[in-house]
Amino acid sequence: MYDFEFVRPVSLADALTALEDEDAMPLAGGQTLLPSLKARLVAPSKLVSLAQIPELHGIQRVGADHVRLGAATRHADVASGLSVLYPALAILAGGIGDPAVRNRGTIGGSLANNDPAACYPAGLLGSDATVHTNLRDLPSDSFFDGLFTTVLDPGEIITAVTFRLPVTSHYLKFRQLASGFALVGVFYARYNDHLRVAVTGAGEGGVFRWAEAEKALAEGGPDALAEIGAPRETMLSDLHAFAEYRAALVAELTARCSRAAEQR
Amino acid sequence: MQSLTLEINGARVRSDVEARTLLVDVIRREGRLTGTHVGCDTSQCGACMVLVDGEQVKACTMLALEAEGAHITTIEGLAGADGRLSRMQRAFRKYHALQCGFCTPGMIISATALLQRNPSPSEAEIRHHLEGNICRCTGYHNIVRAIRGAADLTDPLDDSAELETLHV
Repeated sequence: MYDFEFVRPVSLADALTALEDEDAMPLAGGQTLLPSLKARLVAPSKLVSLAQIPELHGIQRVGADHVRLGAATRHADVASGLSVLYPALAILAGGIGDPAVRNRGTIGGSLANNDPAACYPAGLLGSDATVHTNLRDLPSDSFFDGLFTTVLDPGEIITAVTFRLPVTSHYLKFRQLASGFALVGVFYARYNDHLRVAVTGAGEGGVFRWAEAEKALAEGGPDALAEIGAPRETMLSDLHAFAEYRAALVAELTARCSRAAEQR
Repeated sequence: MQSLTLEINGARVRSDVEARTLLVDVIRREGRLTGTHVGCDTSQCGACMVLVDGEQVKACTMLALEAEGAHITTIEGLAGADGRLSRMQRAFRKYHALQCGFCTPGMIISATALLQRNPSPSEAEIRHHLEGNICRCTGYHNIVRAIRGAADLTDPLDDSAELETLHV
């Protein structure tokens, strides 16, 4: 990889100042960024480590229905720390990569990267959640903006994510065997007032909510899914799976996921 | 160049490194500890696995400067001061859990980290935990057996038992 300047600030203010430089990039856990640097897919002039900033750490219960995760919360911490409070999110985090990746990778890093086969985008979009940045609060429905893209501006960083805890929820992933990423992943969450089905790995435009399934599940429960068939959203088609296969997986995983959640 | 200080297997290492230097390169070049291997260099094979403050990390996918002040344990740091192998190392020997040996340091580090968190894992838990370690000899069965043996505290893993196994 090309060399760069490296700073490791211990406050959010210092990190934001360091990020004002053109071509500076934040470094979270680095589990995607380091391989990208090695492949020279990115060549920042400066990396700003977010690892030592206290404001970005910690898991906090907020009232009865919410939990707030600092952006630097690692997958391993979510897997172990939320197993009771938000088991679906703990399952999702505990299935990312492998133990070493989960000891470095963070929720903020994963969401900001928005890999179309990553798990966290489904967890966020499948939850009634809010992404907090240094500038604003963004509802989960308006955070993602296409493959590897979010609405974050240059120099804007995620500071925390607040999840509203659902009545019941689950996450299922059909792994692409070589990479461990989701060939298809489905996150299901039912709240008192609405229900969410978010799909990762399958959509041509990245993670999406499957509106027809949400409607069918809300009206008729898991059994009603059979009537709507596979999703009509534009499916990805690549060497790992054809679009028809992905669509079938989305339908099947959604059925299994909703049943698992409702039996919990 | 930036100054870096960390501790590897209890020894303080101070070095001036480029920002792009990976942790595994500091361990191998500055620490002169070549038991930590570089297999794929793309964060997949786990041959470079080390413990950073007690938690397993792929040293090829962490910048050295991110390990400032950290305590690193490599395969060389697992044996006792008297040279006696760790329980996991002895289990790998007893159960023939290596063929070419290239993946072994990473496997043993991962397995050691697993038993620290989960002292008696099921076979499924062991296999799930080894997700990030690839054995190019595909010797997984004996690796899993070795980890079960290390977890089974009634298994003495002593020399006589090893000889018996070797001569079967």
